[in-house]
Amino acid sequence: MANEKIVARTGNEAMAEAMRQINPDVVAAYPITPATEVVQIFAGYVADGIVDTEFVPVESEHSAMSACIGSSAAGGRTMTGTSSQGLALMAEMLYIAAGLRLPIVMADVNRALSSPINIHCDHSDTMMVRDAGWIQIFSENCQEAYDNMLQAVRIAETAKLPVVVTTDGFIISHGMERLEILSDEDAKNFVGEYKPENYLLNFDKPITVGALDLTDYYFEHKRQQVEAIKDSKKVILDVAKEFGTKYGRTYGLFEQYKMDDAQIAIVAMGSTAGTTKVVVDELRKNGVKAGLIKPRVFRPFPKEELAEALKNVKAIAVMDRSDSMNAQEGPLCVEVKAALFDADIKVPVLNYIYGLGGREIKLEDINFVYNELTDAVSGKSKNRISYLGVRE
Amino acid sequence: MAIQNKAKKPGWKELPEGDLIIGGGTALEFKTGDWRSKRPIFLKDKCIHCLTCWAYCPDAAIITQDGKVVGYDYEHCKGCGICYHECPVKGKAIMMVSEKEAKANEKK
Repeated sequence: MANEKIVARTGNEAMAEAMRQINPDVVAAYPITPATEVVQIFAGYVADGIVDTEFVPVESEHSAMSACIGSSAAGGRTMTGTSSQGLALMAEMLYIAAGLRLPIVMADVNRALSSPINIHCDHSDTMMVRDAGWIQIFSENCQEAYDNMLQAVRIAETAKLPVVVTTDGFIISHGMERLEILSDEDAKNFVGEYKPENYLLNFDKPITVGALDLTDYYFEHKRQQVEAIKDSKKVILDVAKEFGTKYGRTYGLFEQYKMDDAQIAIVAMGSTAGTTKVVVDELRKNGVKAGLIKPRVFRPFPKEELAEALKNVKAIAVMDRSDSMNAQEGPLCVEVKAALFDADIKVPVLNYIYGLGGREIKLEDINFVYNELTDAVSGKSKNRISYLGVRE
Repeated sequence: MAIQNKAKKPGWKELPEGDLIIGGGTALEFKTGDWRSKRPIFLKDKCIHCLTCWAYCPDAAIITQDGKVVGYDYEHCKGCGICYHECPVKGKAIMMVSEKEAKANEKK
């Protein structure tokens, strides 16, 4: 696109760049590795007067999300950023933000949860709050992180739901890549002006926010919230369509990579999808009909759409970068399998728990998984769950 | 959305989104007086109309007229007794009685 600028940026820089262009009313945040830079760089923009944002440095992530809730309820466009323990500390407030239907947008850099303490990537933090009522968007690389942040604002404000955009800690957050950024004007026009329907600082139309809801109303409000997240699929697709039409990069609920005639498929989220694409290309050269599905949104979970995309494959491997500690499988696999069951698709589904605490996932590892899938297609029985890359 | 005086409560599709109550002053519609176990009784002859009770009442249940206390809003008074506690009059201008007994006496 003519108005786009090509730069080199890390994932954190890309997210901060998006925040600069969004120019939110309020950002309340607390630093945590590896997400610190997102709000640190943004705080620099505030200090230099480049943005009009009120920056609230708080004493914890619990306070960060609390301040965001106050700001959003008051009517301000509100953003924050965090990771791992910070997200965990926010957990209580995340449910409140979602229950109050506040369109807060958060940059979340995926990092393992303690204990043992670790600062590197896995998805256990984001998975921990998967039922909080936030729309969860995963990014494969810096470009997606940037594009997703811009789209998240529109999605949040249209669906009246908070949105978390994730990148993979260090792999994306600190990895420098080629990034196409919109002109400030295009970005500003795309996100538009925030016009909340109801907000606390509207003295002409007073409201009460967060009233006590007991046995007689709580259930109805929760039912309403579920419907909103279900309906947000359409919002996500509409915003993605507009973004794709204007700027040429297309997004959906998930990406299908060489799935048209695929016989074996991996389902993987985040940066691992990039690694998988390289392996798919190699396998394709050797005539192996391999494909990849990369869920972009984990909430709302696109179950019918995923089942449709997987209906012709002979075996599926689901890659989970977190474990559910002896649930049926890892969190992504549980969802995929349930989707397949409801669509009457009965093929071998292998679950791989991988990359915990930032353990590297290499091309050979992905290649190994596709080989296992080929075996599974030919009837060789495989472990339902494998721990890929752990020392025995 | 805890408004009590509705015959049929709205379903989830009818409620304002996000646990909002639209409009101001809606606490008036929420009758909390039936929570009371102690009832304040206004002793008109002792009252010096200093309005200390009015300032302290957490439920705005002290009714005044022309700057003078005239009685209590029993639909909202929860019987917390703060008015009684704060009343500076020697011997108190407010008497806290058992709600149950007060109700029984009303029926007689």
